[in-house]
Amino acid sequence: MAIVGYIVRRILTGIVVVWLVASIAFFLFFSRPVTTVARELAGRAATPQVINEVITNLGLNQPIMTQYWHFLDNLVHGNLGYSYFTQESVDTMLKQDLPPTVSLVIGGVILWLIVGLAVGIISATRARSFFDRFSNVAVLIGLSMPVFVIGELLISVVFYPLYSHGFTWINTGYSGITSGVGSFFGHMLLPWITLAAVQAAVYTRLSRGQLLDTLGEDYIRTARAKGLPERRVVFRHAVRAALTPVVSQLGVDIGQLLGGVVVVEVVFGLGGIGQVSVQAVEQDNLPVIIGFVIIAALFVVVSNIVVDLVYATLDPRVRIT
Amino acid sequence: MAPSTDDNVLVRVENLVKYFPVKAGGFVRHTVGNVHAVDDVSLVIERGKTLGLVGETGSGKSTLARCVAGLIPVTSGKVIFDGRDITKLSRGAMRPLRREVQMIFQDPYSSLNPRRRVGSIIGEPFAIHKTATGAERKRQVQELMERVGLNPEHYNRFPAEFSGGQRQRIGVARALALRPKLIICDEPVSALDVSIQAQVLNLLADLQQEYGLSYLFIAHDLEVVRHVSDKVAVMYLGRVGEAAPKEDLYTHPRHPYTVALLSAAPAADPDTAAARQRVILTGDVPSPITPPAGCRFHPRCPRAQEICGIQEPRLVPYKDTGGEAEPAGVAAAPWSAGADAHLAACHFPVADGESLAAAGTRELA
Amino acid sequence: MSVTEVQFQASGAEAGQASGAPVEGRSQWQLTWRRLRSDKVSMIALIVVVLMIVLAIIAPVFAAITHHPVDAAYPIQGENAAGNPVGPFTNGFWLGTDSTGRDLLVRILYGARISLFVGVVSTFIAAFLGVTIGLMAGYFGGIIDTLLARFTDAVLAFPYVVLALALAEAFGPSLTIIMILITFFSWAGIARIVRGQTLSIREKEYIEAARSLGAGPFRIMFLDILPNLLAPVLVVATLYIPQAIVFEATLSFLGLGIQPPTPSWGNMLADAQNFYQVAWWYLAFPAIFLLITTLAFNLLGDGIRDAMDPRTERLVAARRMRRRRDKRRTALLDGQTALQNEQEA
Repeated sequence: MAIVGYIVRRILTGIVVVWLVASIAFFLFFSRPVTTVARELAGRAATPQVINEVITNLGLNQPIMTQYWHFLDNLVHGNLGYSYFTQESVDTMLKQDLPPTVSLVIGGVILWLIVGLAVGIISATRARSFFDRFSNVAVLIGLSMPVFVIGELLISVVFYPLYSHGFTWINTGYSGITSGVGSFFGHMLLPWITLAAVQAAVYTRLSRGQLLDTLGEDYIRTARAKGLPERRVVFRHAVRAALTPVVSQLGVDIGQLLGGVVVVEVVFGLGGIGQVSVQAVEQDNLPVIIGFVIIAALFVVVSNIVVDLVYATLDPRVRIT
Repeated sequence: MAPSTDDNVLVRVENLVKYFPVKAGGFVRHTVGNVHAVDDVSLVIERGKTLGLVGETGSGKSTLARCVAGLIPVTSGKVIFDGRDITKLSRGAMRPLRREVQMIFQDPYSSLNPRRRVGSIIGEPFAIHKTATGAERKRQVQELMERVGLNPEHYNRFPAEFSGGQRQRIGVARALALRPKLIICDEPVSALDVSIQAQVLNLLADLQQEYGLSYLFIAHDLEVVRHVSDKVAVMYLGRVGEAAPKEDLYTHPRHPYTVALLSAAPAADPDTAAARQRVILTGDVPSPITPPAGCRFHPRCPRAQEICGIQEPRLVPYKDTGGEAEPAGVAAAPWSAGADAHLAACHFPVADGESLAAAGTRELA
Repeated sequence: MSVTEVQFQASGAEAGQASGAPVEGRSQWQLTWRRLRSDKVSMIALIVVVLMIVLAIIAPVFAAITHHPVDAAYPIQGENAAGNPVGPFTNGFWLGTDSTGRDLLVRILYGARISLFVGVVSTFIAAFLGVTIGLMAGYFGGIIDTLLARFTDAVLAFPYVVLALALAEAFGPSLTIIMILITFFSWAGIARIVRGQTLSIREKEYIEAARSLGAGPFRIMFLDILPNLLAPVLVVATLYIPQAIVFEATLSFLGLGIQPPTPSWGNMLADAQNFYQVAWWYLAFPAIFLLITTLAFNLLGDGIRDAMDPRTERLVAARRMRRRRDKRRTALLDGQTALQNEQEA
């Protein structure tokens, strides 16, 4: 039963966090001079007429706390505002742009976890072998490279030569899974690798280190002395213990993940919410940015709860707290 | 037998109680119980003398020491140092008092900051209380080093470059820097080799003579305590079981626990060893969170009777009543009943020549 | 005979060591430096780092030598017939030109200034903040710790892009904004480590000893705890510098950081995206410089960490001994067989 209390507590905290983030975003933007705000809401190309329209329509002249109240009210009803620039409501826009982002995140996370853990485990079990040394070097290079450099490299070294020789399967841009699975993978492969590369390096190093430490523990020696086959020793005992810090690290990294997502979307032109938000900055398109901020907060909170639950499953000591 | 007059009493501990709360989680953390570390202890430390405090792990002796040193707040009771109750003092008021009470710690390896040079460690008291600076401070530090038997030229070395015994001397020098009145020694030689123990103990004795220091000496090794103390108090599970001048305690132990402790200490003389009755206590030390009812020792005591599990015996001066009846007298804080009083908290204290199981029901091997 | 009746010569046995000039103990730093010096990889990394810093500082010298100021565009010499950048070693451009015909090498070096400045200064400030906050949280405990620790965790988990976007929108992108952002996100990692270490150091006996001497909390934090912390802090800081550099590059790449025409490796690489088909050098060289810089810092950080951790020393020593023993063994066997051969002969 304690676990139910735990989940409830986390959800409540999560709601508080999202609310806090939304409020901070609101005050950050709407506490500025009215015309600046109006211009941003209307879009760069707006005429003074439109701006005045915006001011009256959105009640920007009202006291800030009234505006805040309306804002919260809208938020609870799922209404994120209205982009005058494109004449669309923000949440429709974001909903459209969600699929590329979601595909990228899911594929990327799976790829990095698999590669990171696999390479880490193999390196640890074959410490100081050629494989280990090679992967150590690769990890170091991977850690030092910014995501966008990897992306650009992949484009110029993999995509372009292939493409210009007629091999068009690998492509930039986004192709939904509904328009063909093959084409979906062709478009997503390089982005996934790009997103996963740096994180895989981090997790390889992390899991290798953890596993090496765990393998040195006495209870592993006992297991071996009992005559258990090595594979069983490693997988049933050592890996489980070594995984827990990796999982907790995952919680922290979720936040950083969003940064990578934005960059990869921009480099490969995937058009997900990340890329759209960056464009919104250039266009001074305020509602989109606020919408992105709130969705990002929501995403981080939810994934943190999920990660914590997974962690609690792995490590029985944690459960009740 | 004159009672200890206030003149020669340096520290008077009155009914000291220290509980540590045990918290449990759940939605809101709350206190589910208390560790009864020190449960109504009264003691006296005389000027220029050493009070030895003996007990097992968990008896509360270290906690008591820290309460006397003012390092941890007390739950209730008083610690009267030189006439002032230090339990009520604010941190600011405590500060000048710190010059008068110092501690020497058990582990020579972790009681010195490994990243600081020895000169800086010993000189720290001067720096904190602003009593000496610069060249003068260095001079005093080197003087101290010499006094405790260290080479003053090692002023700039790190603790890692010294042996265990030398490190303990550094600790002594540090404690001595401001000429305190009381030094609380928390098992200062337990972590040292036996031959080195002798040197450090001799040093402490010399310093006591030279500077008129009082010591509260805590240990679990009876032979060590016997050598250094003037009076000894035996603690069990947060209470004082027995308190007496040194030789009295060792030749005529009254509390069954003391008897058992003494029997366990190896005797160097084979004749004494043969004559001694080996007492083996059954059972584990009970938990200090829920101490046993009545006398705390009764579950393990070979002479326990029914009353021992019901009524807690008071610490009273011992009168030889033949071993059956409760000793008479008013409960007394050591040593208000007399400077040489031998106090015991037991319903059936062991009389001279009595075997431990005499008054009791259980026979032991 | 009780143990104390055995008299040892106190001064003789223990404290007596060859007395001569006052001996200074070797501090932790001197030992670390010696270990670091013997690690070839770390030394190379250190040299590279120093080299980068020097290059960045003397960037104007390169501008002077090549006669190409950093923002001067050369549409005639700097671009070929199709209006595209020219390659390395053409027309006096050592590394070629960028999209508007500016000298790439000079711009890269000026970009190095920004990257290194941002990286080092932000990390430095972040370390300062992180250590202070971590120390206070770890030492004081209680409600101060709860507040600070929660705050630190919140900052750590916070997606930086979101804040970068928001700030860039609200105040416009600039160098100050970047530095604030990077510092803001770096201090939390350091604070967390410092707090953890402080929590464990706080329980040590020498801290209790300091309290019993009457030392106040700040004295204990900065004179007793901090020296024991500097080692891990230094390692973490050295590893945060390349992160800061990458951070700046990423933000500039996204257009949220340094704006053109001011050169930053990030915005140069952003521009280079559009030209990779015709001007590989525009993509390659800034990327190489960026990569080498971050790699060097990372290697250096790893090296410092290994140099501070005597555990690796034991591993290295064990390896050396094993090798020596194996050599001896084979030498012995060789000797034996030689003897046998002699006898048989």
